[in-house]
Amino acid sequence: MRPLAPRTARHRRLQSLREGAVEGLLRMSALAAVVALLLIIVFLFREAWGVFATPETRAEAGLANLFGQPRWQPVSELPKYGLLPLFVGTAKIVLVAMLFATPLGVLAALFSSEFASPRFREVLKPAIEILAGIPSVVLGFFALMVLATWVQKATGAPFRLNALTAGIALGLGVLPTIFTVAEDALRAVPRSYREASLGLGATPWQTAWNVALPAASTGVAAGVLLGMARAIGETMIVLMASGNAPITSGSALDSARTFSATIAAELAEVVVGSPHYSVLFFLGAVLFTVTFAINVLAGLLTERLRRQLAGS
Amino acid sequence: MNRTARLPSTLAALLALALATAAAAKPVSVKGSDTMVILGQRWAEAYMNTTPGQVVMVTGGGSGTGIAALINGTTDICQASRAMRPDEKLKLRDRYQTMGVETPVARDGVTIYVHGSNPVPSLTIAQVRDIYMGRVTNWKQVGGRDATILLYGRENSSGTYGFFKEMVLANRDFADRLQALPGTSAVVNAVSKDPNGIGYGGAAYAKGVKEVPLKKDDGGAPVLPSLASVSDGSYPLSRYLFFYTRQKPAGDVKKFVDWVLTPEGQKIVGAVGYYPLK
Repeated sequence: MRPLAPRTARHRRLQSLREGAVEGLLRMSALAAVVALLLIIVFLFREAWGVFATPETRAEAGLANLFGQPRWQPVSELPKYGLLPLFVGTAKIVLVAMLFATPLGVLAALFSSEFASPRFREVLKPAIEILAGIPSVVLGFFALMVLATWVQKATGAPFRLNALTAGIALGLGVLPTIFTVAEDALRAVPRSYREASLGLGATPWQTAWNVALPAASTGVAAGVLLGMARAIGETMIVLMASGNAPITSGSALDSARTFSATIAAELAEVVVGSPHYSVLFFLGAVLFTVTFAINVLAGLLTERLRRQLAGS
Repeated sequence: MNRTARLPSTLAALLALALATAAAAKPVSVKGSDTMVILGQRWAEAYMNTTPGQVVMVTGGGSGTGIAALINGTTDICQASRAMRPDEKLKLRDRYQTMGVETPVARDGVTIYVHGSNPVPSLTIAQVRDIYMGRVTNWKQVGGRDATILLYGRENSSGTYGFFKEMVLANRDFADRLQALPGTSAVVNAVSKDPNGIGYGGAAYAKGVKEVPLKKDDGGAPVLPSLASVSDGSYPLSRYLFFYTRQKPAGDVKKFVDWVLTPEGQKIVGAVGYYPLK
């Protein structure tokens, strides 16, 4: 072991100086992220504000155009920026993704935390988390080439690329988020809960379903919400697998166009400052607000779970 | 002349040389049309082989993307598979006091693709328009099977989209049911897997799909895109592929543009699947 340095006044001063420098550096790193976030938010909303601010944009893409008519045809003699088909498309695909990923993710989490042997869990958890590491473009390509054919064969859908295909692929993309958060929540439930339940004669399944899951329910819900936020914002999978037709239809077997895919496909084309440009940023601002609200809600739920379990 | 006087002049010469090499090595950036991106890359490759030290960077994104980049000043040359629109020229004028310089560099025939099993023998331009505007929705209405037509096309950042909208739809809107895919190869791929699909794109991409002969009108003869029919304009959807620059090309940019128009450059046009200018 190194002997302790002599604590001279000079040495102490040097040390505190170094400590201060390190702390300052860390503080700046932390602040840089916050500043970047703020700048991005300011930029996003300022560009989106163009929809209301410039007379040229108001004339071409006013509220009446955005909400008052049902078509999305932005490159046209008479540009149509109706948000309805994009809203329906996004909602449809996210709904399919959540219907697919929620049961799978939550049940897998339940299995991992309540039934799997520690050895098996060592394999299962990383395997599902690796799924999160697959680039979404790969998932999208898989959906485009393989999944679309299966889905069409199974359902006889008229569109080869449709909301169902995109939704399933998107579900695979958000499954790890739901699984990981739900699993952590379930594992945080104190052992005493389960012991009490088992001691009263409940089976392991009854214990898992009626005791562990309800105790962790806020955390599981947080996982589902975080997955949903990701699903709403995810771009590449839907861009490749949904067909991107702006139709307003309730059927999951029809093609659909989402907010995120629209921004990705069209933003590169527009001239900076044009009405089309402002409308795309408006879409971005809506998208940001929705996912932000969902993330905050998920954060509140996680906090509540922590307090519940700590208080008991 | 003494030693001390020679030193600065030597330094000046060295500096001039360094500046000259730096200027020669300045890369030429080319951006735009996805239809032309393979063509542009082959050009760049061959040109860089013949001109050591010169770097030409080619990226796609769509003709609209390229024109926006030209307007925003982030590319030297824009590749476009459609002519520049008046509003785009105005934007260019506002920023650079120029309407842009257009250089046709190749010809192309926009091809209508259908699935290999589709029995439709030919289509008129009016029929294609009705199909893409959603007024004709069943193959039976144009001499095919009794099945719903599924429309594939390009995103609106694509020059092929703009060309098709102008030439075929007379600038009216596409049907909402149109499925917009990123890139012509994605369209070809989708149509090759979809017995009831129809798509459009550059002639060079038509692999694994059937090309439909087009008629100008009901009385016209059905024509497939070929060197002869595209060059003499008898194929109804013939078009030029363009380079756009802000000013008249100069320096390294001019050398590259001039080279593209040489027989050597035009030979590559044919090799990639488009049609040379002459």
